[in-house]
Amino acid sequence: MATAFNLHRFANPGRFLRLASALLPWLTGGAAVLFAIGLYLALVGSPPDYQQGDTVRIMYIHVPSAWMAMMGYALLGAAGASALIWRHPLADVAGEAIAPVGAGFTFVALATGALWGKPTWGTYWVWDARLTSFLVLFFLYVGHIALTHAFDDRQRGRRSAAIIAIVGLINLPIIKYSVDWWNTLHQSESILRMDGPSIHPAMLWPLFVMIAAFTLYFFAVVVTRMKAMLLEARHRAAAFAR
Amino acid sequence: MMTTSGFGFLHMGGDAAFVWPAYGVAALILIAFAVLSWRRLRAAERALERVTESDPAMSDDA
Repeated sequence: MATAFNLHRFANPGRFLRLASALLPWLTGGAAVLFAIGLYLALVGSPPDYQQGDTVRIMYIHVPSAWMAMMGYALLGAAGASALIWRHPLADVAGEAIAPVGAGFTFVALATGALWGKPTWGTYWVWDARLTSFLVLFFLYVGHIALTHAFDDRQRGRRSAAIIAIVGLINLPIIKYSVDWWNTLHQSESILRMDGPSIHPAMLWPLFVMIAAFTLYFFAVVVTRMKAMLLEARHRAAAFAR
Repeated sequence: MMTTSGFGFLHMGGDAAFVWPAYGVAALILIAFAVLSWRRLRAAERALERVTESDPAMSDDA
C-alpha cells in the first residue's frame, strides 16, 4: 500500500508537469543529436548488404519503428491496467497520448516493411503470421483511438479503450514469436538472440543509434502530448470555475 | 564500399525507388507528430495563460 501511495504522489499531475518541463529539452535535444548521427551512419557511414545491396538501409527505420510500435502498445496496456485497477491519475492521459503515436509507428513499420519486401521478397505484402499480427496491432491502436472518442461520457470511452488495450496485449507475444511458430517470409530475430546479435557491428551500431533516437523521440512526443492534455484539462477547469 | 558520391548516394545502388520512399514516409509521420504535438502544447499554454492573466489563482504555480 505504501508503494502504491508513493506512486500516486509521484503521479500527481502538477508534479508530472514540472517533471515534463525538465525532461522535454533533454528528450528533444537528445533525439535531434542521435537522429543526426544515426541518419548519417544509416545512409552514408554503413556498408550496403552483400545480398540486399542498399535496400538494407530501410532496416534502420523499419526495425526502430517496429520496436516503438510494440513498446508503445506494452505501455498502452500498462496504462490501461493502471487506469482500470489502480485508478492511476495519469494513466488515462498516458493512454490517450500514446495511442496515436504508436499507431503512427505501426504504420511506418508496415509501410517501410512493404517497401523493403518488394526488392527482397518480390512482394509488398504477404498474409503471413508476422505481417498479419502487425496489421492487427495497427487496428488495435485505431480501435483504442476510436473508443476513446466514441462516447459523450469521456470516462466511459477511456474505460472501454483501457479494456481493448489490456486485451490486445496478447498480440505482442504473437508478433514476437510469429517468425518462430509459423512459416514466414520474414526473417527471424537477429538482434535479441540468446547467442548474441547476428548482424555485423558495422550495421548493428547504426541500428542501435537509430533505436535510441526513435526511443527519445517517442517519449518526447508522448510527454509533450500528455503535458498539452493536462494543461487543456486545467484550462477547462479554470473556464468552468469562472 | 560506401555510397558517398552525390549521384551514387541518391541512386542507392539502383534501389532508390524503395529506399527514399521508405525514409520519406518515416520522416513525414515523425515530423507531423512532432509539429502537431508541439503546436497543441503551445495552444494549451497560451489558452491557460489568458485565463491565469485575468485570475492569478489559476496559475500553474498555484
